[in-house]
Amino acid sequence: MATTAAPRRNAPGRAHGLASRRNPSHRNDWKLALLLIAPAVIGFAVFAVYPTLRGIYLSFTDFQVLSPPEWTGLENIQTLLGDKMFWQSLGITFYFVALSVVFGILVSLVTAVILHRLTGSPFIRGLVILPFLISGVVAALVWQWMLDPQLGIVNIALEALTGERIKFLSSPEWVIPSVAAISVWKSMGYNAILIVAGLSTIPNEVYEAGRLDGASEIQMFRRLTIPLLRPILAMVIVLTVISAFQVFDIVAVTTKGGPANSSNVLQMYIYDKAFNQFDFGYAATMSLSLFVMLIAITFLQMRLLRADESDTN
Amino acid sequence: MTVIPTAPLAAPEGIESRRKRRAPRKPVRPFSWGRALAWTYVIAFLLVTVFPFYWILRTSLSNNFALSTDPGSFLPVGFSFDAFARVLGFASRDEALAAGGSGASIDILLSVRNSVIYAGLMTIIVVTASALAAYAFARLQWRGRNLVFSILLTALMVPGILTLLPNFVLINDLGLLNTFAGLLLPGALFSAFNIFFLRQFMLGLSAEVEEAALIDGAGPWKTMFRITLPMTSGPLVTLSILTFIGTWNDYFWPLLVANDAEVRPLTLALGVFQQASPQSQPDFSGQMAATLIAALPMLLLFMIFGKRIVNSIGFSGIK
Repeated sequence: MATTAAPRRNAPGRAHGLASRRNPSHRNDWKLALLLIAPAVIGFAVFAVYPTLRGIYLSFTDFQVLSPPEWTGLENIQTLLGDKMFWQSLGITFYFVALSVVFGILVSLVTAVILHRLTGSPFIRGLVILPFLISGVVAALVWQWMLDPQLGIVNIALEALTGERIKFLSSPEWVIPSVAAISVWKSMGYNAILIVAGLSTIPNEVYEAGRLDGASEIQMFRRLTIPLLRPILAMVIVLTVISAFQVFDIVAVTTKGGPANSSNVLQMYIYDKAFNQFDFGYAATMSLSLFVMLIAITFLQMRLLRADESDTN
Repeated sequence: MTVIPTAPLAAPEGIESRRKRRAPRKPVRPFSWGRALAWTYVIAFLLVTVFPFYWILRTSLSNNFALSTDPGSFLPVGFSFDAFARVLGFASRDEALAAGGSGASIDILLSVRNSVIYAGLMTIIVVTASALAAYAFARLQWRGRNLVFSILLTALMVPGILTLLPNFVLINDLGLLNTFAGLLLPGALFSAFNIFFLRQFMLGLSAEVEEAALIDGAGPWKTMFRITLPMTSGPLVTLSILTFIGTWNDYFWPLLVANDAEVRPLTLALGVFQQASPQSQPDFSGQMAATLIAALPMLLLFMIFGKRIVNSIGFSGIK
């Protein structure tokens, strides 16, 4: 540790390139490099590349784990196209994604803007990210308890206010909004902090200029904040969409896809096919289709949101 | 096995100093309705965020039978530590039933141990492997360096959904189901995000000290351990915290490969415990006690490293 005593941080970086090219002490670097990257490269090849290729291959087979996979060509895809449950799951998943993304981003954005203007307190920011630290299982358990139709505090408060109770997690029309609410609760603080970080990169002068020109707060928010925030907002939206498409733990703990499949999101259905019905080939086909959809949606979003540029230049 | 890694970034000084610079210019503001409204919103938001944590505590300290007599009480009903005794295995089956347990048991200490092993080893191995690789990509001179790096980065594009099932099949083929090796292997050796993040930080360090050490004949191996890695300690700690949290909270991958009680981590054990509880008379106080025990290490981490975690999240976005 003592050797770090005086690193000269401001020294120009180009010194590195020049010095190293002439420096003979780098001649044998490749041996060490090979050793150092070996674990990562092995991990990448065995647990990322190979399973990806194998997953694509299995999508075109009939595979029940115990016996070797049998090539069936496009049969799985035909099954998929005619599988009502798949399309229903897809619909449920889209509904969940729409709710959790729209409300999640809205709440996070409003919270971030207010936090940014109001306070820099690390204590408050710390509290805000608390739900990010706990697992989806823990979040699901506590909300299931709070939303319980008989004893849950939310329903008790609701009855006191409106005289009615809601079966949040056990009625088909409420289950997806409820699960989406839990998911929003878990991620809203994290996303808000991400957006706050984006907000703090916007120079104050921009707002001062806006104020001089007589812009109102709301005008400044629409004309200055949102456009300047675009790259980070796009990133938050893309990340939220990707994780919402793969929602699993909250559903698995609270409803297991029920009641009557009304919360059977795609990931749940894939899990059920593979591990309860042992239809791995078909489960792989559905994974592949979800993967293709995710890539397409991400690409589309990046184009629509023009994520890589802000409106300044 | 998280799909998109949470992104921390180095040097949180940037935001801090900017805020400090701005702070002295602000005069004490007069009361305004806008600010009052904004504070009201913040307080409401914090209440919604924190209330479930309080409710876990309140319920876990209640007697499960008494809960139904006064479910709206904001204080524990029939205050007792029975629920903790029950889930920690200190109460006999009869005692547990008498205190409102469902008869379902959870060997939570064993699961805590499993989670500590799983998250701890995962953190140590993946951060070490990533740091070594990052050094090779940032500091060593070798042919094909950038090409190999770009290839590894493509892994960021592939979400877990595609690799999870085949990885399960692979772990099954290797006979590693229900072992820590099976739990750890797919995630422990390689993390595209960690390598990317550490390399980025190392590239930002001045190379002069290292070059000096090399010229003095220290050799790249010694230089790495004596100079580069110590200078990278900040980001290494940040990555370790984030990896630990992510692994501790992981549910899907353990569900596929580690259902045996001997290796089952807490997230799974909680799910099993909840499922075993009868629908008619669920053991809510027991569930909340178990939940609290499961969340406690994260809450402790948060108390120690809270500010660092917030900054690391904040900085992910800026890049």
